[in-house]
Amino acid sequence: MSPVLQLRDVEKSFRLHLQGGTRLSVIRGAAFEVAAGECAVLHGPSGSGKSSLLKMIYGTYPCDGGQIRIAAGGAAVDVATAELSALRRLRRDTLGYVSQFLRVIPRVAALDVVAEPVISRGGAPETARARAAALLARLNLPERLWALPPATFSGGEQQRVNIARGFAHPYPLLLLDEPTASLDAANRRAVVGLIEEARAGGAAILGIFHDKDVRDRLADRIIDVGGFAAAA
Amino acid sequence: MTGETQVLPLLEASGVTVLYGRQVGCSEVSLDLWPGEVLAVVGESGSGKTTLLRCLAGMLPPAQGRVDYRLRDGGVEEVYAMTEARRRALQRSDWGFVYQTPADGLRMTVSAGANVGERLMALGSRHYGEIRREALAWLERLEIDGARIDERPQAFSGGMRQRLQIARNLVTAPRLVFMDEPTGGLDVSVQARILDTLRGLVRDMGLSVVLVTHDLGVARLLADRMLVMKDGRVVEEGLTDQILEDPQHAYAQLLVSSILQA
Amino acid sequence: MTTPDPAYNFAYLDEQTKRMIRRAILKAVAIPGYQVPFASREMPMPYGWGTGGVQVTAALLGPEDVLKVIDQGADDTTNAVSIRAFFKRTAGVATTERTEEATIIQTRHRIPETPLTAKQILVYQVPIPEPLRFLEPRETETRTMHALQDYGLMHVKLYEDIATHGHIATTYAYPVKVAGRYVTDPSPTPKFDNPKMNRNAALQLFGAGREQRIYAIPPHTEVVSLDFEDHPFSVQTWDRPCELCGATDSFLDEVVMDDQGRRMFVCSDSDHCARRRSARPEAAA
Repeated sequence: MSPVLQLRDVEKSFRLHLQGGTRLSVIRGAAFEVAAGECAVLHGPSGSGKSSLLKMIYGTYPCDGGQIRIAAGGAAVDVATAELSALRRLRRDTLGYVSQFLRVIPRVAALDVVAEPVISRGGAPETARARAAALLARLNLPERLWALPPATFSGGEQQRVNIARGFAHPYPLLLLDEPTASLDAANRRAVVGLIEEARAGGAAILGIFHDKDVRDRLADRIIDVGGFAAAA
Repeated sequence: MTGETQVLPLLEASGVTVLYGRQVGCSEVSLDLWPGEVLAVVGESGSGKTTLLRCLAGMLPPAQGRVDYRLRDGGVEEVYAMTEARRRALQRSDWGFVYQTPADGLRMTVSAGANVGERLMALGSRHYGEIRREALAWLERLEIDGARIDERPQAFSGGMRQRLQIARNLVTAPRLVFMDEPTGGLDVSVQARILDTLRGLVRDMGLSVVLVTHDLGVARLLADRMLVMKDGRVVEEGLTDQILEDPQHAYAQLLVSSILQA
Repeated sequence: MTTPDPAYNFAYLDEQTKRMIRRAILKAVAIPGYQVPFASREMPMPYGWGTGGVQVTAALLGPEDVLKVIDQGADDTTNAVSIRAFFKRTAGVATTERTEEATIIQTRHRIPETPLTAKQILVYQVPIPEPLRFLEPRETETRTMHALQDYGLMHVKLYEDIATHGHIATTYAYPVKVAGRYVTDPSPTPKFDNPKMNRNAALQLFGAGREQRIYAIPPHTEVVSLDFEDHPFSVQTWDRPCELCGATDSFLDEVVMDDQGRRMFVCSDSDHCARRRSARPEAAA
């Protein structure tokens, strides 16, 4: 089976113009693959570039070299060289990303925050909201909060809204950056359940999980990022 | 990609240079705007972003370069090669322009209803009752109390005036709206409400927007893509998260590092 | 006809100026409703007293012309009397108060009730020729709007009327569209007279002295009053006839009679009213 995600010789450094143009190399020679129905976990000490790798795959950080090929609709898109419009299409249809923090939008209800990825793909608003409601219920977000903007929610509540949003559309490739970080045991189980379902549905999953139990339960394969970390 | 219908840009600028006498307003700017996309043009005062906006909007002819617009029938026309009659017709039906100062985009001496209805009348609406109904619906969509339809904008707060200006522009269901610092002079709470309304309208109407702002927070909330301008030139272009999280150009890094953390 | 005062050129203006004005008039006739700029001269009367109309009349007058001048419909009010005297002295032309005898009628704010003929010219005195001025102060912009037939603004004004008063409250200087092209200000005539402008047999010329514009409605030209489908144009009506001549189809002025507030409604067209009265034996008695 051909991989959904394939990295080759990926490099990344930051050039800090405000610090006199210092160049900070963070990733060198990153190469791995993730197949459909597989959950791969990035592992390594903090500062080894795990989150940077996810952001490069998502296209937020540009690559300095190498290829990041993602299978999308029968073709492959190289994120490292893709046009912005192709990248946007990829994010809309293929590539999901759950970050550690919810980007709060004023005055938009939690339910609509979750439903938005489906609606922006042309989904019917009612169907999208029903799906959003099911996800929020599963993540134990009290129903009285659904109609409120998440700005005033606690960190854990915001994180669950964020996760629900990430799972609203069944992306073939999901990037997860510590989705369970600020959750209690019950909610952690609920998130693990969602991830397992997505994997069973054929999604390729690449995640960062600090929690050892979660990692042991989900990881089909551990990718040691230490090998890609550029020498400081 | 196979199987997907070809999407073509709505607006295309190629090598646009605007001069004010010997002074350069903006220089060799090229950009595409895609249907349904919000493109933010950011940069400090004097960076040429408003000049670029006015040039794209058919209000300031370039010394060099061209601006092309894709009409509803799919044909492409060069904005500055059209007759003025045609360009004006486009500007008041298919396009909108939201000024930073509402008084620049409103008729301050006529009622809110007439402000919203003017474009309809310019397009040939001759039924008072229908014009008024339409104006009322738009006022309410922009969260302006319908009971104030006969008041002049002078009686409105800054935020209400700005919402009125937006209603006045959207009444003809345009496809493309140009915005110059639409929340510029407003209180933070008023600003948030307008930004939220704009987000909803952009999504519901499938609007394409060119948004000029010096406020990266506004760009983050509304924009899909950003252009960073400095000294009349585009120094960086990228998706909003790319520019905000990993800016490449020295000036873009400075700009992003200057955002106040909320 | 009397001998003109030899101190002046015929009809006051020099011949070059008259030619200049005639060229403007010809252009105005060629482009119905379009405001033609002209080099308005200083006249021996203040702006606002009809200097535009007087210059047009001066450029038109020949020795054989018969001149009628009315002010608010009346031949005997100050403005009418002084302009008539002005041309009597400077051109020595015959004058009349009878509409059908006149070849040129200079008017301030009325169209005579008696139908005009192809042999007559009606000259209007115009204070503000630009119908869009009310909402658009910039001349460059109003000119562009005319050029592009960008007339939505005119309806904005009518919309405001209905929103404020429940009906179109504009009763004079009611905007018209001339020959399906230019929106034009009919000068401050009552809208009662607007239908008379439509397909009138006489040539209608408009002169604005201070604003330096001349425009024209050629004979038999279509003149349409702007309106809304659900608020159609209509003229003023009165619930009583003229108290002097009994006319029910003329424009009536309200005249205050005394300090007790007694008032009466009489024809504004003094010639029309006088002749109706003289035609009625009981009134003559």
